[in-house]
Amino acid sequence: MSDTIKLHYTVSPDDFTRAGEASGDVKSKLKKMGVSPEAVRKVAIAMYEGEINMVIHADGGDIDVEISEDDITMILADKGPGIADIEKAMQAGWSTAPDNIRSLGFGAGMGLPNMKKYSDDMKIETELGVGTTVTMKVNM
Amino acid sequence: MTVNDIKKLLDAKILCGEEYAEREVHTACGSDMMSDVLAFVKDQSVLLTGLCNPQAVRTAEMMDIVCIVFVRGKMPDESIIELAEEREIVLMSTDMRMFPACGILYENGLRGGVDN
Repeated sequence: MSDTIKLHYTVSPDDFTRAGEASGDVKSKLKKMGVSPEAVRKVAIAMYEGEINMVIHADGGDIDVEISEDDITMILADKGPGIADIEKAMQAGWSTAPDNIRSLGFGAGMGLPNMKKYSDDMKIETELGVGTTVTMKVNM
Repeated sequence: MTVNDIKKLLDAKILCGEEYAEREVHTACGSDMMSDVLAFVKDQSVLLTGLCNPQAVRTAEMMDIVCIVFVRGKMPDESIIELAEEREIVLMSTDMRMFPACGILYENGLRGGVDN
């Protein structure tokens, strides 16, 4: 695998039942490429949490995945409300998700902490009223 | 413990994935909140949950969970079963509530499988 492989996904807004389709697709592609199960799982979980966040908070968005020899980079970009307080958002258990999301199994305030936990590097760029871009890297 | 052992212990009904009933299960977790499930990677796990939507199956998919037990008699709809079939995940349903279901599996040797 010498060339970088690029994948693009659009996450549809308000379609909670389909959230996770992109992550599932990346997972099966990486598995087929022979990427280590540990790296595959890290990518799948980190991206899945990101995908869920995009549906809950930001009316969907775009995900770009770049697979190189050394690492897998996921860029999740949305045009949502932005994150007012990143420090708080990173705290386990802190959530701004509406109550109805909790009945769907999310909104426990573990999304961003899980994304950080499973990625080897994570960067958040956010601006209120403009949107958020999260870049995560998982080493091979 | 196998998937089939879990079925017997919880008096559960297998909804799909009968052909994987002899798969080994090493650890378990019980939660209705999927992010709590995603927080700890476990090995060949069974998920006990009252959450009956496609995200329970998606979570299992990302975590390589081999089996989902819906507690409190919850029954997934056809689309959820189809999703699980595609992902080769066993689904079963038991009338037991979460606490006794987890307790019975624990009593029979299944553990949480995380260090922290």
